[in-house]
Amino acid sequence: MSQPTIPLFDREVQPPYLAPGYKSTVLRAPTQPLVVIPHSLSERTGPVFGAANVGPLDHDLTKNSMKNGEPLGERIVVHGRVLDETGRPVPHTLIEIWQANAAGRYVHKVDQHDAPLDPNFLGTGRVLTDAEGRYKFYTIKPGAYPWSNHYNAWRPNHIHFSLFGPNITTRLVTQMYFPGDPLLDHDPVFLSLPPKGRSLLICRFDMAVTEPHFALGYQFDFVLRGSGSTPFETV
Amino acid sequence: MRQTPSQTVGPYFAYGLTPEQYLYDFKSLVGNRLVDPLAGPEAVLIYGRVFDGQGQPVSDALIELWDAANRRFGRFGTGTDPDCRFLFHTVKPGSVDGQAPHLSVIVFMRGQLIHSYTRLYFPEETDANAADPVLNAVPEHRRQTLIARRTPAGYEFDIYMQGERETVFFEI
Repeated sequence: MSQPTIPLFDREVQPPYLAPGYKSTVLRAPTQPLVVIPHSLSERTGPVFGAANVGPLDHDLTKNSMKNGEPLGERIVVHGRVLDETGRPVPHTLIEIWQANAAGRYVHKVDQHDAPLDPNFLGTGRVLTDAEGRYKFYTIKPGAYPWSNHYNAWRPNHIHFSLFGPNITTRLVTQMYFPGDPLLDHDPVFLSLPPKGRSLLICRFDMAVTEPHFALGYQFDFVLRGSGSTPFETV
Repeated sequence: MRQTPSQTVGPYFAYGLTPEQYLYDFKSLVGNRLVDPLAGPEAVLIYGRVFDGQGQPVSDALIELWDAANRRFGRFGTGTDPDCRFLFHTVKPGSVDGQAPHLSVIVFMRGQLIHSYTRLYFPEETDANAADPVLNAVPEHRRQTLIARRTPAGYEFDIYMQGERETVFFEI
């Protein structure tokens, strides 16, 4: 056992549990203070995934569920790096991806939004970072969609991500937004972030990776808790 | 560098994170079988529900289980069981770092902007639990929220987000 050596969640940028504007937090946010515990091997380890967990088309959401043609919508390529808080790359770490289609419809059966499904787009994928912590995947730009949080509520365009990093303290589930989206000023999920955290979730349009006659490029870096020197063991 | 902020897993994670459990046409990364349930007498069922502040079971939570002793990981959503249960097939772990046997539990759901960490301990480990540094960091009247209940089926571990029985969550 030892005292925490991994930085805790940075509350200057991380959202609180309770954000009343986002109504479902009201009955689901813990009300008691979190108990700080010493770190043990339980916290300094976590699941390790590798190339065997990623299929050949998992990084290309425009192709990984094609049935009878190309998915509809604006093709994009998203790239960036996964880093720790000291700026060191997090190599060979898994990123899981899920999103709505171009019409703002999720494949999920609970999604009742009256917008078309796309038979050629499931909207989920996975990618591993390389030795320098870089990743890249292809997808369709997700559409905005309505939700029932309040009257005329719409979620901005966003892509969901799940990352593991080296241990369970570095676990991250988040959403990436797009620059210039007018809905960001009206979205209680995005606005739940402290002001310093908001720009950290907006990707950057990137002409350098935009592929001529093919796909618009966006760049987005993930910064996980901790430092690369954090001791951890692999499975 | 500033940490990338967390955002909610939302209501539609299933086809991305637990596709096979929810019958989507995509291979799951992991499921709820940390071990084969038929592996032998050591295989146990861990199950439970997540309750919101009105005592309603949550049908769109995602539970992850980390067994550091055996380096096994599982994941299950509460949206496929008619009673909104999560279920894991695993073994009761041994001790790590001199702590009482436990499993690390990570809770995600719509309405949670950032995930919650807790631990599942075992009721028969009376002595080890009494000496456990994490349990001892918890106010005594709340320790019971971290201890599963032995049942004929295995171990039941209900998670309460709020209320008198609110589960202890950790800053780790």
